[in-house]
Amino acid sequence: MIHSVNISKKYKSVEVLNIEELKIPKGQSFGLVGNNGAGKTTFFNILLDLIRPTTGEITNHDVVVNKSEAWKSFTGSFIDESFLIGYLTPEEYFEFIGDLRGMNKADVTSFLAQFEEIFNGEILGKKKYLRDLSKGNQKKAGIVAALIGNPQVVILDEPFANLDPTTQIRLKKMLKELTENKEVTVLVSSHDLSHLTEVCERIVVLEKGTVVKDIETSKETLKELESHFAV
Amino acid sequence: MFKQFLKLEWKQFFRSSYWQKGIAIKIIMGFFALWMMGSFLMLGFGSFFIIKKIMPDADPLQVVNSFLIFVIIGDLIFRYMMQKLPVMNIKPMLILPIKKNKLIHYILGKSIFSAFNFFSLFFYIPFAGVLIGKGYDVNGVLGWLISMLLLIQVANFLNFIINKNNIALTILAVILGSTIALQYFSLYDVTAFSQQVFDGLVATPIYAVIPLGLLVILYTVNFKTLKTQLFLDEAVAVKVKDANTSDLSWANKFGDMAPFIKNEIRLIWRNKRTKTVFLMSFAFVLYGLIFFTQETYQDMPGLLIFASLFITGGFVLNYGQFIPAWESSYYRMLMTQNLSYKKYIESKWYLMSVITAVLFVLATPYIYFGLDKYLMIAAGAAFNIGFNTLVLLYAGSFNRKQIDLNASGFGNTQGTSAKQFIIIIPVMGVPVALFYIFYLLLGFNAGIIAIATVGVLGFVTKNYFIDLIAKKYIKDKYAAIHAFNQKG
Repeated sequence: MIHSVNISKKYKSVEVLNIEELKIPKGQSFGLVGNNGAGKTTFFNILLDLIRPTTGEITNHDVVVNKSEAWKSFTGSFIDESFLIGYLTPEEYFEFIGDLRGMNKADVTSFLAQFEEIFNGEILGKKKYLRDLSKGNQKKAGIVAALIGNPQVVILDEPFANLDPTTQIRLKKMLKELTENKEVTVLVSSHDLSHLTEVCERIVVLEKGTVVKDIETSKETLKELESHFAV
Repeated sequence: MFKQFLKLEWKQFFRSSYWQKGIAIKIIMGFFALWMMGSFLMLGFGSFFIIKKIMPDADPLQVVNSFLIFVIIGDLIFRYMMQKLPVMNIKPMLILPIKKNKLIHYILGKSIFSAFNFFSLFFYIPFAGVLIGKGYDVNGVLGWLISMLLLIQVANFLNFIINKNNIALTILAVILGSTIALQYFSLYDVTAFSQQVFDGLVATPIYAVIPLGLLVILYTVNFKTLKTQLFLDEAVAVKVKDANTSDLSWANKFGDMAPFIKNEIRLIWRNKRTKTVFLMSFAFVLYGLIFFTQETYQDMPGLLIFASLFITGGFVLNYGQFIPAWESSYYRMLMTQNLSYKKYIESKWYLMSVITAVLFVLATPYIYFGLDKYLMIAAGAAFNIGFNTLVLLYAGSFNRKQIDLNASGFGNTQGTSAKQFIIIIPVMGVPVALFYIFYLLLGFNAGIIAIATVGVLGFVTKNYFIDLIAKKYIKDKYAAIHAFNQKG
């Protein structure tokens, strides 16, 4: 379970995030939506202990993220392309992440086999560095790397952006399967309302740093969200 | 239209990341540029008199002329390595309603004013001025000067043609090498040939039309080739090199450190700037040749110690001072991974130590200059491995400047801050001071032993200090992440 209490972030006098409480039970697929500057990435960055919150703290499976680093061994994440090491080939990058997560080269290779479809022959064995891949292929590599080592918590910021339609559909299927047996918690953010309603059981709408809606996904959710964002 | 282009140039220049640098860097870079210009100017004004003094019987203009051929070939090689036609700049304009011809004239015309064409002017113009002042034929000197200016532009445009060609550099290098060889073994007097050609320009100024004609031809060739290549998959293409994936599984014996060591090796080898730093550290080994061969330095042991530290310290100093900023672009990712900071830092320590040890082995021939020199180098190596690695790793936690690995290597100061200058005090000042104290009190050997002892002590206690350094990195994590995220 992820439990966020009283989290806020201020830059000088501007408050960019202020969430009183957010509980994300284990195995939930959780969606975060909001316009640019709503605080989605800031929230993920605090959850990953990449920036310090002004107040409050987040607990990830009983670990307070800015007190201990134990959460790192069961949390996989991909925020943006800066998470990639540009001068490595995808294989080397996966091997590096695998090494850090206690998998040897053979483990990583067999793990990657299940993503053959998603990679579509454009990622592995291409003799290209990650920095030279297209935006979409970089994203694929980053998302797959976040899944290496069977993490209990998967955090993906804007995973659908830049992906081709086929991969979007496959990714949605994959994310649903991940949370199927309620073991893995998945947190995604997106600007695409229909993708989110399809993947997530629960959707939280952020606006200027605060939670304005917290919905269990149902048939009406997409309509509700669309009318919320229509101005 | 032309006005718009000029405006763009103006903005490109003043909004470039160069101006966003810290004031200290600006001043130092400014000084450097001024110093370069100043020395060319001095050379321009002074070389007439210098040559007169060294060779009272020779005509300074003829002496200069006889060496011009080497200058021109050298200039071409330098340009080949450093200067590229900035075609990418016009990418956003390709889809605007501007005629292609105009765009090409714009990029080619712009290159006339490239900095590469300016430095030598600071020599040629004052030199010509002095010649006229000394009563040389005005028309002759002006014809010579104009030809020089035209030849600079000829080199400029010739370079863009050969730039696309890998064989060209080899040919150029062979020509330069063989002219020097011909000269050196007195098989053929290249300087006489060079002198004949350029003296001809002075005698018959109208010959300046030859370089002019050459320039026109080269410009036209450039124009025509560019015109057929102004597409995203040709001249305006981003070049992608094949990845070279060498097997680094031998590094696996480093256990927990293996992933970091492999990563570090790839970091160094696959990015221009890190590669330059790495290769330069081998050039540093030659540093001793300057100091050990000069009689004047033999009575200045402090200076020799300084040189000894440099001989093996090239890598530690130049690479170590930017740890962990080399990894700034993906530092955030590293911080979300389940990594042991201690192993992360220790892997860097190993890398620096091993390369320093290799440099030390390469420095073995210095034994030729005497055992005392060799002991100095050995003490310097011990100090670099034991002390400087740790100091630089610790200082690394203060690095707050992002480094873009994709940027070019040479003369790139990205990531430099005042810290890089302060760090000189412990890594260079301490050993020299230490040596001097013991040298004056107890003699030469005591000085050397003092430096080596500090190095060995650092080596023995390294685990303790690496723990401390790791704690410091953890403490400064947020500040580093924040700073490394700021571009420019």
